[in-house]
Amino acid sequence: MELLVIVVLLTFLVAIVIGIIVLRDLLAAVILLGLYSLVAAGIFVVMDAVDVAFTEAAVGCGISTILFLGALSFTRHEQKPRGNDSLVAIAFVVVTGGMLIYGTLDMPFYGDPNSPAQQHPEHTQHYLTKSAGETGIPNVVTSVLASYRGYDTLGETVVVFTAGIAVLSLLGLVRRRPEDEAPEDAPGDVPALSDDDSERHL
Amino acid sequence: MKLYPRQRHRVLQIVTKLIIPFVMLFALYVQFHGDFGPGGGFQAGVIFAAAFVLHGLIFGLQRTRQVITPTALRILMATGVLIYLGTGIISMLLGGNLLDYDLLAHDPVHGQHYGILLVELGVGVTVTAVMISLFYSFSSRR
Repeated sequence: MELLVIVVLLTFLVAIVIGIIVLRDLLAAVILLGLYSLVAAGIFVVMDAVDVAFTEAAVGCGISTILFLGALSFTRHEQKPRGNDSLVAIAFVVVTGGMLIYGTLDMPFYGDPNSPAQQHPEHTQHYLTKSAGETGIPNVVTSVLASYRGYDTLGETVVVFTAGIAVLSLLGLVRRRPEDEAPEDAPGDVPALSDDDSERHL
Repeated sequence: MKLYPRQRHRVLQIVTKLIIPFVMLFALYVQFHGDFGPGGGFQAGVIFAAAFVLHGLIFGLQRTRQVITPTALRILMATGVLIYLGTGIISMLLGGNLLDYDLLAHDPVHGQHYGILLVELGVGVTVTAVMISLFYSFSSRR
């Protein structure tokens, strides 16, 4: 049953990716990217990685869709017709993708009993059986993330902080126009009714 | 009746006003319940930022900038990292290693709990501020 669900979800992923490649309408492609993240989050849930699924749904489906939509507002909503460079692009993508797939062959398969994590069970067993007593926190993911590997998480937080500084220094220095500062009529304000309007309003 | 451009979305505005408190409450739940269920600072920060993004999309960026100013966001970005690093340095000052939460309370288990809560709070504050800043800087360039 679990296998069936994963196969169906992976099929969805492939269909969504083909849709993203084929579609010329960039807005639809962005929405499909969000859908891709949602389906990927579903796969993570089936694989019992709820924390990862949570992050994927919130970041991939929510924030990055919004950022893509923001980027779309700088450009047109329609992709330009492809020129003669598409053959080079396809060759480049196929080679890069092939190398990435070749790279994943070194990784242990899902649930592989010969993977390093299974060969040395004393580490996983320690976290699974002792972490609740040592940290007083039942969620092993949280205790590993924030306590046992707290130094890594500090690094991740600094990475997020650095990314924020980088974006602010690249995009945040745009001089704001005066009308941005003081909107003539702030959205949400009730407009003043003139005499001939009030009749219709009633 | 004359409608300003933004006022065409009256229904959206009212529904958004109803939804935003619940989004924020859910973010706080994810933040502080991360010890027991799935969740934690990263997810909670993104969800909390989503409430502001929703506000910005519906009511316009000027309004959201008045709710939380870019300057405040810059301060919050640094504050989160400082909370995290400060927790680590306090545990060093108490005589342990960096981020050794055992010494934060008399009981090592309580110390771990306080340390993890503080550290997750720092992560949440930084992620929220960075996400809202990203939204501001992407959508204010026209």
